[in-house]
Amino acid sequence: MADVKKIATRESYGNALAELGDKYENLYVLDADLAAATKTGIFKKKFPDRFFDCGIAEANMMGVAAGMAAAGKIPFASTFAMFAAGRAFEIVRNSIGYPHLNVKIGATHAGISVGEDGATHQCNEDIALMRTIPGMTVINPADDVEARAAVEAAIQHNGPVYLRFGRLAAPVFNDPAAYKFELGKGIKLREGKDISIIATGLMVSEALAAAEMLAAQGVDAEIINIHTIKPIDADLIAETAAKTGRVLTVEEHSVIGGLGSAVCDVLAERQPTKVTKIGVNDEYGHSGPAVDLLKQYGLCADNIVKTALSIVKG
Amino acid sequence: MDAMLKKKLETTACKVRMGIIEGVHAAKSGHPGGSLSIADTLTYLYFARMNVYPDKPEEPSRDRFVLSKGHTAPALYSTLAQRGFFSPDELKSLRHIGAMLQGHPCIEIPGVDMSSGSLGQGISAACGMALAGKISNDTYHVYTVLGDGEIEEGQVWEAAMFAAHYKLDNLTAIVDNNGLQIDGKIEDVMSPYPIVDKFKAFGWHVIEMDAHDFDAIEAAFNEADKIVGQPVVIVQKSVKGKGVSFMENNVSWHGAAPNDEQYETAMNELKAALAALEA
Repeated sequence: MADVKKIATRESYGNALAELGDKYENLYVLDADLAAATKTGIFKKKFPDRFFDCGIAEANMMGVAAGMAAAGKIPFASTFAMFAAGRAFEIVRNSIGYPHLNVKIGATHAGISVGEDGATHQCNEDIALMRTIPGMTVINPADDVEARAAVEAAIQHNGPVYLRFGRLAAPVFNDPAAYKFELGKGIKLREGKDISIIATGLMVSEALAAAEMLAAQGVDAEIINIHTIKPIDADLIAETAAKTGRVLTVEEHSVIGGLGSAVCDVLAERQPTKVTKIGVNDEYGHSGPAVDLLKQYGLCADNIVKTALSIVKG
Repeated sequence: MDAMLKKKLETTACKVRMGIIEGVHAAKSGHPGGSLSIADTLTYLYFARMNVYPDKPEEPSRDRFVLSKGHTAPALYSTLAQRGFFSPDELKSLRHIGAMLQGHPCIEIPGVDMSSGSLGQGISAACGMALAGKISNDTYHVYTVLGDGEIEEGQVWEAAMFAAHYKLDNLTAIVDNNGLQIDGKIEDVMSPYPIVDKFKAFGWHVIEMDAHDFDAIEAAFNEADKIVGQPVVIVQKSVKGKGVSFMENNVSWHGAAPNDEQYETAMNELKAALAALEA
């Protein structure tokens, strides 16, 4: 994929906000002193009167967003995933989730691809935390095209939404002309019969790359992109599991409580199937260049291939 | 204050207190002490100050109220019932399974503008409402009541910074300084004092008020009206358990319901007070 265009989904987020600001006049953006990093600064530049910095105070920011939504505005509250889902969890749960307010949480710098900042800033738990909140929609887009579409879908959805974006530039594989984002619907990117690889976020392009490598070795992988982790596309997951009988989930998130767990929840009820999970195991990240970290933690096409082969030939 | 209005407010506040006791007794749990200490302030807000519409609880132009010290929901519910948002009979099923009135304020209840109860969060939501009002040039005002123990929560001070930074003069916070929290006197548990100086240092206009004197209450809110360019906090000196003799200044009534006998005693006291006011 060397010649493929790469854009970090946080960049897509900032661009989408700035673009959609014209169309949705009721859209406001809050940040907690990270506008340059979360890329909400792009919106701030275009709409300075609709951007409010809350300073380094994420708990209050989530509460302010709740109050704005209660008064009819559509606020996007932005900070790193660690602070949005982690530090402010209880405010998100009680002030946004419980009253089911129309707040959009734009969480960037999710996963270990944060890189050099290390474990304190690498949030591998946010999907798990956010999907336990009743009524919370959780979206983890895979590339620039999907991320931009997800931002607009979040605006059109009435209710709280958690959007997960990454710091690392990600390959753009979706065709903007053909792409259609449907909240709660997974996307089958490749038909296959030997194994179902269900991926989310940054790992979708790795899964696609792995499928090509697997094909060269005679393994026909079906690739499913789950951009909406909640509500999850149970039908598509059950259908692909029934078809291939082998499921491998891939996510840049803890294997506890994320996509893999959500897929297991579906299959345990609907289509009992053995599931293998690739993700961050029960451990913290550490400092290093993002791409090297992803390789070290097995969040790469090579490891997907290796794991898939062992499942298929196992 | 006009004498007739004062009498009406005193009478209403007495009925609000009876509803508090009714609700907490029926629930067999809840927080009477801090509910009784804010009964006069809530009565003043809902009967003499705020623009609210019991028939149209979500009217966009309404003034907003957030009970940041959400555990004193019985005071809010009883006030809303007196104001006509729902029947006072609802208080009899407070905290019951399947009932409308939840243990802490829930946004789905008519007249409740924000779910609250996890301390420190309501003031942030109130800031958000006030900011939204500023953005749209709306004329509504936002009120929020905090506990003096509640302000030990760090989020309160994040919100205090925010409100001053964005010059939210359409926001009035009231700190209910009854001096007691569950574990004891606030100065013994974790002193938030000096409350007045802290808010001043955070850029707020501070007014001190006697929470059980309607002349003082009116004067404080009238002063708050005049403040431009900064948020106002009214630090009200109150008596926890006010109006029920055996509950006054007694921390054990922070979070305990009266038994049947105590309920009778409390209601008889309040009935006598009401009769005296109506005589």
